[in-house]
Amino acid sequence: MDPTPRDRAPGDETMPEAKREETLAGLQAYLIGLLFAAILTATSFWTATTSVLWSPGVATGLVVLAIAQMGVHLVFFLHITTGPDNTNNVLALAFGILIVGLVVIGSIWIMAHLNANMMPSGNLPNLQMQR
Amino acid sequence: MTTAIAVSHGGHGVPPIPSMEGPAPKRIVVSFGFWIFLLSDIVMFSAIFATYAVLARATAGGPTGAQLFHLTTVGVETTCLLLSTFTCGLMSLAINLGRRGATYLGGAVTFLLGAVFLTLEIREFAAMFAEGATPQRSAFLSGFFTLVGCHGLHVAIGLIWLTVMMVQVASKGFSPFVHHRLLCFSLFWHALDIIWVALFSIVYLMGAR
Repeated sequence: MDPTPRDRAPGDETMPEAKREETLAGLQAYLIGLLFAAILTATSFWTATTSVLWSPGVATGLVVLAIAQMGVHLVFFLHITTGPDNTNNVLALAFGILIVGLVVIGSIWIMAHLNANMMPSGNLPNLQMQR
Repeated sequence: MTTAIAVSHGGHGVPPIPSMEGPAPKRIVVSFGFWIFLLSDIVMFSAIFATYAVLARATAGGPTGAQLFHLTTVGVETTCLLLSTFTCGLMSLAINLGRRGATYLGGAVTFLLGAVFLTLEIREFAAMFAEGATPQRSAFLSGFFTLVGCHGLHVAIGLIWLTVMMVQVASKGFSPFVHHRLLCFSLFWHALDIIWVALFSIVYLMGAR
């Protein structure tokens, strides 16, 4: 077979040689991914419903858990890794994350400032948005 | 990057630079292109997420998320979608081994779990409509139905695509083209679950508080 490092496609888990072992390794990766994802999902639901935690911090905790779970899905289900055969996929992902970050954080930041500047008083939050 | 690899392997025979071996195989080109499409789809979702986040408190005196969302339903939906992503992964393992029976089984379970998810979501929407929580009611509900509905639409398209792929496996076998399409489908299905993770965390879990 071809021993040189080829670019690997996102979603790839097997190479032509040693299919059985590769399949077992792939199965193991999916099982680990499922376990991590299930734990993170359960933690998210618990975080949202419990009264044990300090409530102003819950939103931040949920965002962190969601980002962690997206990372688990990318690595174990989409097989995006840091290997040399994955450079193109990771670069494309990095650009995607940059745009997503700009759009989401930028929008929330700008609209929060607009809200703050447009309000006649702090007692009427979001009056502008309710029209 | 390629220079760095060549240098790091310098001790035991320098491998040829990948770009000098000619174009990459078709399936790598196809799935890389599909990966770019998926990222553009995620960028589109990020715009809808941003809209929702800005409008989330603009309920115009109408029902709020805390009144509308039932976390038990959302939990079942999340479980269905997570398990279907897992079975979709098992299906792609079966495809790589060239086993038809296991592929059909994986496809069927994936389809079933996806269909349960979609049914629960449609019932949830129907219950909201019955309570008068329609997209016209408030900016919050417009944003909610756009975001969750767009994800649901993607799941519906995925289910149709999966059915078509199973028919193609049955009629054409594991030809290279069918392989490429199945690879793209599994990428699509995994990406949908990533979007759902953001969706249940931000819309449902934060909204229900």
